[in-house]
Amino acid sequence: MAAADELAFHEFEEATNLLAQTPNETTTRSDQLGPKGHVAVAMDSGGSYGAEDEVEESDKTELLQEEKPQPGFWTFGYYQSFFDVDTSQVLDRIKGSLLPRPGHNFVRHRLRNRPDLYGPFWICATLAFVLAITGNLTLVLAQRRDPSIHYSPQFHKVTVASITIYCYAWLVPLALWGFLRWRKGVRERMGLYTFLETVCVYGYSLFVFIPTVVLWLIPVPWLQWLFGALALALSAAGLVFTLWPVVREDTRLAAGVLLSVVVLLHALLAMGCKFYFFQPLPPEPMASPHQATSQPTATVLPPTLPRSVAA
Amino acid sequence: MFFLSQQRPLELTKEQKCKRIMTFAGLSDISIPQDIPVEGEITIPVRSRIREFDSSTLNESVQNTIMRDLKAVGKKFMHVLYPRKSNTLLRDWDLWGPLILCVTLALMLQRGSVDSEKDGGPQFAEVFVIVWFGAVTITLNSKLLGGNISFFQSLCVLGYCILPLTMAMLVCRLVLLAEPGPINFMVRLFVVIIMFAWSIVASTAFLADSQPPNRKALAVYPVFLFYFVISWMILTFTPQ
Repeated sequence: MAAADELAFHEFEEATNLLAQTPNETTTRSDQLGPKGHVAVAMDSGGSYGAEDEVEESDKTELLQEEKPQPGFWTFGYYQSFFDVDTSQVLDRIKGSLLPRPGHNFVRHRLRNRPDLYGPFWICATLAFVLAITGNLTLVLAQRRDPSIHYSPQFHKVTVASITIYCYAWLVPLALWGFLRWRKGVRERMGLYTFLETVCVYGYSLFVFIPTVVLWLIPVPWLQWLFGALALALSAAGLVFTLWPVVREDTRLAAGVLLSVVVLLHALLAMGCKFYFFQPLPPEPMASPHQATSQPTATVLPPTLPRSVAA
Repeated sequence: MFFLSQQRPLELTKEQKCKRIMTFAGLSDISIPQDIPVEGEITIPVRSRIREFDSSTLNESVQNTIMRDLKAVGKKFMHVLYPRKSNTLLRDWDLWGPLILCVTLALMLQRGSVDSEKDGGPQFAEVFVIVWFGAVTITLNSKLLGGNISFFQSLCVLGYCILPLTMAMLVCRLVLLAEPGPINFMVRLFVVIIMFAWSIVASTAFLADSQPPNRKALAVYPVFLFYFVISWMILTFTPQ
């Protein structure tokens, strides 16, 4: 009984304190206490606060809203806030990244300043696996045409692919964000994106490479280059249109350098993937099988060895 | 938990009974004065049987213990093979089944002799890492999206649903003993596709209900990717 009394007293004291601060609040007695033992205070619809009333009232409500403890980064709830998206929202964001338009800033229009981590993480994972799998498939198809090519599962490519993609999609936004922050320190009129928004932009911009990589299975070289260029154009355009409003305030030199570095890195990624995972296969079965499989970054056709030496 | 013995009912006045009910219902501001005598008999049934049960699991033979666990694992295998909406997999989760399946799969994916280190199929450690870290990542993903399934329950379901793919691996290894050729490949492809679909159906039967309705696709897609990668590893397995 004494314990129950103590709890009851504690409850009422807190509730009366809260009531004294804002007379319009109603407290509901709930059996579940909040994470720090506070009574859950039910506020009537938040919309009514912003619209009307004196500055004093809105100040107090702002105080109360901030009193709701922001979960620390060691709690699960903190990370849960980054996965607060529905299926339709994710699909909408993917569509936005596939069709960039000059006026539409991806961060403002699609993300609406609520970045999520679901998209970047799973798009990178999918891209890494698709790269490794289709790279392996091209080897299978090549072996169909030329039985002397030695086929092997090449499982190490999965590791290489995933490390490359994840490093690109997380370290380059980090560098970009750091650079933008530094420039903002120098010229204060520049806008800024948070780190998560930058990661989101980069992650969703990589989505267009997934169908491109699958289309790279078609063994027609000029078609592969066409698809690659198209994907690069779409992806880089998305990045540039998103970064332009932020970088516009800076000097033209800095803006130009930044945007061209971003596009260049993107192009390097695309070409690196193409050459590493889809080594250009010899048009005639003249290249030795040993060299075809052991030189992953061959951009030039390996010199043909006499067949007797190779066999 | 105790209940009053049936033999001698309590003699309570009507007022006392009312006060009792009100206290039980949680209205704590009604205080019962200290001087009301409360009497009755408390008997705890099955007490002697509980003590017997406790010592019996300690004293039973090893064979009994192992058989009991094996039967539980076997029962869950049956639930995976004939997926119905039942709670057995979720309620009594265990990780023995996933461990057995993962080790079997990893052992079967080994090649006899590796001609070059770099170009081989997945090593034992790679398969293990993909299966377990993949399952952990999917579980974390579904929890972060707001699903109300516990961590180990989800690991249990994902691990048990590898069973069809392990069976596909067995069939593939048997088929590969025969002549290589396009028919060989077609048979393997067909078997792997069927088992892949079976795995997906089995795991979504257990996992889909725990997600909020507008995020089901977001939670199921990583499961699809996970089993797709495992199927790919099985399909590209070549013995030499």
